[in-house]
Amino acid sequence: MQTLEINKETRNVIDARGPRFSAVITTLVLAAALATNNLWVIVMQAIIFAIGAFRGPQFTPYAAIFRVVIKPRLKSAAVTEDVRPPQFAQSVGLLFALTAITGLVIGINALFLIAVSFALAAAFLNAAFNFCLGCEIYLLILRVRLAHG
Amino acid sequence: MLPVVIVLAISSAYGLWYKRSRGVIRAKNKAELLTPEMIGSALGTRATLVQFSSAFCTPCRATRSILQNIVESHSDVVHVDIDAEDHLELVRTLNILSTPTTLFLNSSGQEIGRAVGAPKREQVINALAAIR
Repeated sequence: MQTLEINKETRNVIDARGPRFSAVITTLVLAAALATNNLWVIVMQAIIFAIGAFRGPQFTPYAAIFRVVIKPRLKSAAVTEDVRPPQFAQSVGLLFALTAITGLVIGINALFLIAVSFALAAAFLNAAFNFCLGCEIYLLILRVRLAHG
Repeated sequence: MLPVVIVLAISSAYGLWYKRSRGVIRAKNKAELLTPEMIGSALGTRATLVQFSSAFCTPCRATRSILQNIVESHSDVVHVDIDAEDHLELVRTLNILSTPTTLFLNSSGQEIGRAVGAPKREQVINALAAIR
């Protein structure tokens, strides 16, 4: 029973530095999207968010760059984290990216501006301050849902 | 380029506040009274640490291991870890907004302080020392 618990625990953890590195790239890509208003930049980022949200943050191209290029050069000891918090953050990123794409396609530029701004803020906070999006908003979402149903 | 600069400036200000405020134990004036029935566990004879956690929360794990480690050497202190998602009514009553949030209760179950975010080991030990 005890070993089963441990196996379950190790199966769902990843190197915590991976999502942090991915957040750095995401910040740069979203900053480019916001500066250029380019549809294809945000579409590309939406696809990456979708991979992170549905398959897991360790399967995105950014995570592959981390594994192949960055990780072998890091000297600090690997700290693991549960895969669910970064996966949740990727889902929120996907929602914002899809909102932004909708804004551009139907010609409401303000929608694009606001959605990309929030996604950029979250990615930047994650990269620079180790911000935990799931910690701050998941409970609020549940409380709102409880209040309305 | 201007929107990018504005977003990064606001985020940086928020991030600095976030970094400084997480894990700080703040004294509570309007004290909430918690009962063993509410938290599903007996209270510690001196103090109880009530941690609220959720699934999408990396610092909850760190908080759990810090608090569990501390209660091992304090026989009169109890640590309770509550899944916030399964106790939304309690979460609302106690006005828990994010995870991890740790409530510091005295022997009668009165909330005398709370920490939002993972507290540091020394901060918890100092706060516990102040509870008589």
